[in-house]
Amino acid sequence: MADVAQQRPTALERAEYFATLIFVRAGVLPWFLIIAIIVFAITTDNFFSGRNLMQVARQSTYLIMVSMGQMVVLLTAGLDLSVGVMFALVSVITSMTMVGVWDGGEATTAAILIGCLAGFGAGTGIGVVNGIGVAVFRVPPFMMTLAMSSIVFGIALMITGGTPIYGMPDNFANVLGYGRGIGVPIPIWITIGFIILMYVFLNWTRMGRYLYALGGNLKASQLSGISTRFYLFMAYVVTAAITTIGAIMLTARLESGEGNIGKEYPLLSIAACVIGGVSLFGGTGRLPNVVLGAIFIILVQNGMNLLRISSYMQLVVIGILLILAVIADNYRQKLLLMLRD
Amino acid sequence: MAEPSAVFDESPEPQSSGDTLLRLENLSKQFPGTLALDRVNFDVQAGEVHVLFGENGAGKSTLIQIVAGVHRPSGGTIHLRGEQINIHSVHHARQLGVSAVFQEFSLVPHLTVEENLFLGDELTRGPILNKRALARQARETLDRLGFPLRPRDEVMYLSRAEQQMVEIAKAFRTRPNIMIFDEPTASLTERETDRLFSLIEQIKAEGIGIIYITHRMNEIKRIGDRITVLRDGVHIDTIPVEEATDQKLVELMTGRVIEQIFPDIKRNPAETLLEVENLVTAKHFVNDVSINVRRGEVVGLAGLVGSGKSDLGRACFGLERIMAGKITFDGDVVYDRAKHVNKLGTRRMLDRGLYYLPSDRRQEGLVMMQNVRENVSLPSLGLGKFSNRLFLRRNNERKVVRDIAQKLDLMPLNIERDLEHFSGGNQQKVLVGKSLVRDVKLFVFDEPTVGVDVGARVAIYEFIRDLCEAGAGVLLISSDLPEILHLVHRTYVMYRGELRAELDQSEISEETVLHHFFEKEDEA
Repeated sequence: MADVAQQRPTALERAEYFATLIFVRAGVLPWFLIIAIIVFAITTDNFFSGRNLMQVARQSTYLIMVSMGQMVVLLTAGLDLSVGVMFALVSVITSMTMVGVWDGGEATTAAILIGCLAGFGAGTGIGVVNGIGVAVFRVPPFMMTLAMSSIVFGIALMITGGTPIYGMPDNFANVLGYGRGIGVPIPIWITIGFIILMYVFLNWTRMGRYLYALGGNLKASQLSGISTRFYLFMAYVVTAAITTIGAIMLTARLESGEGNIGKEYPLLSIAACVIGGVSLFGGTGRLPNVVLGAIFIILVQNGMNLLRISSYMQLVVIGILLILAVIADNYRQKLLLMLRD
Repeated sequence: MAEPSAVFDESPEPQSSGDTLLRLENLSKQFPGTLALDRVNFDVQAGEVHVLFGENGAGKSTLIQIVAGVHRPSGGTIHLRGEQINIHSVHHARQLGVSAVFQEFSLVPHLTVEENLFLGDELTRGPILNKRALARQARETLDRLGFPLRPRDEVMYLSRAEQQMVEIAKAFRTRPNIMIFDEPTASLTERETDRLFSLIEQIKAEGIGIIYITHRMNEIKRIGDRITVLRDGVHIDTIPVEEATDQKLVELMTGRVIEQIFPDIKRNPAETLLEVENLVTAKHFVNDVSINVRRGEVVGLAGLVGSGKSDLGRACFGLERIMAGKITFDGDVVYDRAKHVNKLGTRRMLDRGLYYLPSDRRQEGLVMMQNVRENVSLPSLGLGKFSNRLFLRRNNERKVVRDIAQKLDLMPLNIERDLEHFSGGNQQKVLVGKSLVRDVKLFVFDEPTVGVDVGARVAIYEFIRDLCEAGAGVLLISSDLPEILHLVHRTYVMYRGELRAELDQSEISEETVLHHFFEKEDEA
């Protein structure tokens, strides 16, 4: 910085320098957000209404949870394509257990808890299998999780026969799905809690630090005495666990167990991470940016809904944004290399 | 192998020596935040080896990258044979006759030597690859250079030295006007280095101008004609090689006088720390080798690249598969094939007090995208000073790492800076710093000064001295002859997986060590 000052750059040069710096540090996200907000503010009437913004926040919760999970494996230079079917299996298992355990009487809380625990166990179980495949048998993460998504989707459909499951206690949906605390929807509170938890996990615990090191340089981590296999395994378990929480919340919102929900999450969660500056090559990425990346995607969807853009067209737009984000990420890597000298 | 008469088949263009081929005037390069080159003047004449000398981060790499078309200058002009030009790209530079051998390889690991040699410039017959002609020319190129490589081998299975040869062969395939070498001997053995130098002599005689970057003093005297010293992006001086003494070069480079590069280390051998008996590793990279290291002494493990010396060090850390033998560390048997004892493993050996510093800091040593603090504390996060049961103690971490950075004279002294923004020498200091956090009894340094400038070299040697005199044992694995000659108390010499000699300080001399480096049959 001092060198630059000595050179006495013009105001324009300095602005360019800071723009580059922000881009290198934070990625494309700040620019995407600014553009999206300006566009929607101009083209729609009620984008900025308190109600709509709260709506965006609430809708974002599920994607934020998945994206935080996805980030954990991306940090290790892996990825998880099975986050979508985790939603399907968790939804099915949670609802079926809840319906099975609940006798229609007063013991709703117990039934809800047991249902949630069953769902949590099933979802996390997918992560355990992923972790074993990737860390122990060295199956490439792409293949492992792609195969798992086929397997789990099949299981979810076999269990339900393809039909939705109804008959869960009302309290489940009333609290986890539609409940409010101090005027703010419960899912938002839960998500905020998990954002804080994940932030502490990634930045203030040993395992968090190891995840970054693992993705940054596996060999160096190994030589530093880190059990790379164990932490790689754990990364997939953590991803599944946090995704599962999101899935339970969505099940409560839908008030039914469905075997075919969550299909969009593998793509959207990777998109949120990449737009948030997480490198696909592992080792870099900050949690707040990922959260903003997820919010950004929901924001764009919300804005497009307000503009009555068809859902088909929305798929196209999201795909284009993802490609743009990856191109920008590549360019950013190049800038980083240039800055290295 | 017959000495080739000319390195290039085509008759050389009329290019008499003494003509100025390349002239850089007031060349500057501004990167965001740093001025890498500040109005540097530099020229290369036909038929000379112009050595670029300076510490890491002095701007040498930036300068040659501009000449090779990787970067574009922010100021100043480039003249090629008196004509002012702009170099747009690496491809353009090649067309202009500038060919570079970079330190970082530009090879595709899954392709063969032959395919790599012609990558981007394949011979074709219509749309079809002319494989026969390619094979013939690859063979010719390698023979001409005298490199013992098989054209059909995949590059990924070659050693670093062999990959370096492929890289050099690639540059020699066409006939350039200017050739750039960026530390080409960093991973070559003495013999291969001799071969490369005779090649350079030959192309010099053919009127090609050569820019040569190196850290090694003896290389400068062997092949250099003129030397340009850079410091902090500024041109310090250009002197003919006759005027270049070690002392003068170090002074020009660092701006300070260094009395001696190798410190005198007090020898105070105490109890045995490491005892390796009859060790055999998989594929016999180490074959029936026994060594020992005691507290308070620096023991060398010398040998060429591929002699198995690294494998031996790595085996003690649990990184190589062992077929037979016994390893005792600090009185405990940690490995005994016969009795099925195996307590090796990085974590466990670290906890016992063995620390292995890998030779390849980029690949194995450091997480380049993390900062100094995170790198230094990485092997020790489990210790009480860095974390309690649940959380990291980041304030403590910052304090401890800052002290270490100060002790090692890290430049710049900013522990929150990402590793990739540091020079090679400073990265090496960080690698060394990782071992300082723990209670270490025995340090195994694997080629600690490869690609490191004199300033950092001195810092690392002093660091080794301090460790040894504080009572630690040091095993120095090295193919750097001066290091073995001047630094260690006694040394082992390995050759092709076998232990050839154990020499005491009094017996160590250039002849005795070199004799065992190559030994007996005089193969290629």
